[in-house]
Amino acid sequence: MIAALIFAISIMTLLQFFVSYSRSLIAEAQGHELSEQAREICGLSENGVTVGQFKRLQQLIALCPDPGGDGFEVRAIALYFRMVCLVHTVLSWAIPSAAPWIEAERGGCAYAAAVVLDRRIAYNRMLMAQQANH
Amino acid sequence: MLGPVDYALLFAGFAAHVCAFVCLLKKRIITQHFTLILYLGFSIAVGIGRCSILKTAGFTSPAYLYFYYYSDALTTICLYFVLMTLYAHVFSEMGVSKHVRGGAMLLLAGTAGISYYMVAASSDRLVTHFVVELGQNLYFVGVLLTYLLWGAMVKLRENRTRLVQIVLSMGVYLSLFAGAYALGNLYPELPVWRYLYPLINLWLPVSWTYTFLKVPDDARIATARVLAPNR
Repeated sequence: MIAALIFAISIMTLLQFFVSYSRSLIAEAQGHELSEQAREICGLSENGVTVGQFKRLQQLIALCPDPGGDGFEVRAIALYFRMVCLVHTVLSWAIPSAAPWIEAERGGCAYAAAVVLDRRIAYNRMLMAQQANH
Repeated sequence: MLGPVDYALLFAGFAAHVCAFVCLLKKRIITQHFTLILYLGFSIAVGIGRCSILKTAGFTSPAYLYFYYYSDALTTICLYFVLMTLYAHVFSEMGVSKHVRGGAMLLLAGTAGISYYMVAASSDRLVTHFVVELGQNLYFVGVLLTYLLWGAMVKLRENRTRLVQIVLSMGVYLSLFAGAYALGNLYPELPVWRYLYPLINLWLPVSWTYTFLKVPDDARIATARVLAPNR
């Protein structure tokens, strides 16, 4: 009985901590302005990053060499994105008013992924410039 | 008998702790986050101890079982020290660090006492059962303490990004372990536990390495942005 209670409470706190942790990663990325070059390479519109571009961004991130350390961020954001998509599937018919909130969350994930890609592109450009100088 | 997946998970956990330890030492934050380094150092020592017992006594031996659960309880107590330091960081301006420390030590002793009483009152009175129960309760009290700390941080509008991320990652880790231990108590025969515990063990060193590598010390974040939906 006590173990079941501990399990139930732990799952609830886990969800809350993980959502807050993912949001802290996303909020950190939102302070970054995407470069014009990154927008061009990713094919991003003037309006910003759309939810549908998340998978494409993930594929592009996988193609770019990792400068080290941001793989964890990408995985955590991707996990949060999947979790929100699951909530979207379950709740879209039950609580239609939650749709704008879910879209905003998914948009935040997509923007954070675009920021990671932008940083990787910048890092690779810098490497190429260094190689050209040598 | 251990398979390649078990060995890979064991090695990954050990490597992740060593990487985090080196990263924290390189960042020269020993005075600021001494307990984090202490916890990582202790985890590395426990990892070495587990490997040597695994080699000499084997995975299914009682020696390994005892060492695993008792070292896990000690590692969790080390995490309590980390939590106490985080409390001290958050309440540094209010000058209540001593009270926080005293309260946490009382809670720790209380948890051990209650766990012992619960197992001593049961019919089998197995010491191994006590240590599993203790592990579950220690992690759960850790979850509650982290939750309280997070609540205080939100109330005090704590905006240091590193601190926010360290506390939240600890919350994720402790909740994962408390849930897994509780479910393990209910269904101890499931084969998934031997893979799940080492997998969860990766979370804390990897998230700390990320935080200390990627988030500058002076980075600030509004807690409202973490709590409220994105706009």
